[in-house]
Amino acid sequence: MRYLIAGAGPAGVVAAETLRRHDHSATIRLFCGEQEPVYSRMAIPYLLSNKIDERGTWLREPGHFETLAVDLVHQRVETVEPDHHTVVLSDGRRETYDRMLIATGARPVSPPVPGLDQPGVHHCWTLADARAIAARARPGSRVVLMGAGFIGCIILEALVLRGVRLTVLEAEDRMVPRMLDATAGAMLRSWCEAKGVAIHTDTRVQAVEPMGAEALAVHCEQGTVFPADLLVVATGVAPNLDPVRNGSGATLRTGRGLQVDSRQQTSAPDVYAAGDVCEAADWYTGEGAVYAIQPVAVEQGRIAALNMCGRPARYAGALPMNVLDTLGLVTVSFGHWSGVAGGDSVRQSDPEHHRYLRLEFDPQGRLVGAIAVGLPGHVGVLRGLIQSGAPLGPWQARLKQAPGRIAEAYVARVAGGG
Amino acid sequence: MLKALSILPDKCTGCMQCELACSYEHEGVFNPARSRIRVFHFHDEARYVPYTCTQCAEAWCQTACPVEAIQVNPATGAKEVLDNLCVGCKVCTIACPFGTVNYNQATGKVIKCDLCGGDPACARYCPTGAITYVDADLTAYERMRTWAARTDTQAQATA
Ligand SMILES: Cc1cc2nc3c(=O)[nH]c(=O)nc-3n(C[C@H](O)[C@H](O)[C@H](O)COP(=O)(O)OP(=O)(O)OC[C@H]3O[C@@H](n4cnc5c(N)ncnc54)[C@H](O)[C@@H]3O)c2cc1C
Ligand code: SF4
Repeated sequence: MRYLIAGAGPAGVVAAETLRRHDHSATIRLFCGEQEPVYSRMAIPYLLSNKIDERGTWLREPGHFETLAVDLVHQRVETVEPDHHTVVLSDGRRETYDRMLIATGARPVSPPVPGLDQPGVHHCWTLADARAIAARARPGSRVVLMGAGFIGCIILEALVLRGVRLTVLEAEDRMVPRMLDATAGAMLRSWCEAKGVAIHTDTRVQAVEPMGAEALAVHCEQGTVFPADLLVVATGVAPNLDPVRNGSGATLRTGRGLQVDSRQQTSAPDVYAAGDVCEAADWYTGEGAVYAIQPVAVEQGRIAALNMCGRPARYAGALPMNVLDTLGLVTVSFGHWSGVAGGDSVRQSDPEHHRYLRLEFDPQGRLVGAIAVGLPGHVGVLRGLIQSGAPLGPWQARLKQAPGRIAEAYVARVAGGG
Repeated sequence: MLKALSILPDKCTGCMQCELACSYEHEGVFNPARSRIRVFHFHDEARYVPYTCTQCAEAWCQTACPVEAIQVNPATGAKEVLDNLCVGCKVCTIACPFGTVNYNQATGKVIKCDLCGGDPACARYCPTGAITYVDADLTAYERMRTWAARTDTQAQATA
């Protein structure tokens, strides 16, 4: 058996390891499109805040892939040709596969704002981006962060810890709009402002122009201009579909991402996809979703690999889950935190102490989403309660009285305790 | 054979010795808030349930970690947090559906049950036998595994 894996991020690496665990003799080739050791994007903020060095971002120890007899190949997979079971590599060679996995991740997207293609403007997605940001984000330098989404907020902390003067511009009406509701977003904002970060919501960048030799002028729609030594663009990511744009690869079914079934298989036989590149069913609605988060990527990588090596496995569906630590304020959100039709909810808010808990129940009395700000511990049970789909029974009323009893509710309803 | 914690809630009297022992073993203080095992008290049913990590075979915390900071101790099978590698990103705390990985603000790292290297303090100090450290194939442990399966996207995969 000959397996090819395009993309050596968390999804591709977990898939390679899972394949090897179940198939000792197969050829497994893992294609890494960046000229870097196999690394973890998630570790980049900690590299920027100098908590780790570059080596600390490596996803696996050196020698790991040799030990597993996985061939790590530093080549891009340019085109997948499902009709011939072949791929074309960046050096022009063709390789055949019996089964292959597309795990090419996502790439950052920029809004159509003139001037984003000049020196001093960077995304924060790759190690190369991180090096470029580190070179300009020096103590005292003026940094503008465009986009206060999940990734923006993660690097926000790293930038502050580097000692820069930070201004955050967000087009929507609050911070992390896809992860936090208005209450939680406002808490995060007041927290950041108290730490000296300037936050401007409802603020769209209109154009970026050079200012003097080194600096930039960031023009906003309202007419405000922010001078910057560095502009970091974190305005979202989109699945990296390059390998399926041409030839017979272009026949693979895509929506916002590469569409897969519950076995992580694409519309072509023997071609699977996992991680940020793919669009998989949401765990609750069943509709296609691209959440672009690490836990989903690794779980999909594992499920894809099991199916590739003949061990039927189904993915229970993608569950959005995020945790953010912004200068000491921990926020988490899970699932459909904005609620579902006919459902019920409870909110407990203590803005003064930056504490908040919101739980959303569906009409069948199950937890479907949650937001927590400053929750002390056991946050994982929110996932457990949501994903187990356990009916809460009497615990729904108890949680409405005292939402903080989530861990008890979990032990009682899921872990068979109470 | 690997050993595992067996927890029999029916035998638990809620004395909290396990929480104190755990916190002392790991943190050097008697502070239940710093314990890695927790005893839940269900007032309505007058019932106590000790609860901690089940060291699941395909551990979500371990696979989700971006920097390989959670590794298996081959001697005990425990999934241990390697403090020198952990960057404190907390993704394991939300990936674990059992809520048994927790963030420690003081150290900037996460903490979880590590079976105390093979001699778990909670079991040692439990006076009633509600928590014991036994061969991993005993039924109580299997039952804990079944709980795991109910939440699981992964256990289904191994079925
Ligand atoms: C700064 C930052 C912080 C983040 N923090 C979090 C967080 O706290 N929590 C969280 O859940 N998620 C976080 N994420 C998102 C998380 O990193 C991604 O969800 C995860 O990396 C997805 O894994 P993946 O394997 O699908 O894709 P990727 O990690 O993107 O890996 C894909 C790999 O494929 C390679 N590739 C692309 N095209 C080709 C090709 N044609 N041929 C060969 N190789 C190719 C790429 O170079 C890359 O190495 C963060 C991301 C960033 C950038
Ligand atoms: S908090 Fe530490 S152990 Fe947990 S996933 Fe992040 S780096 Fe790994």
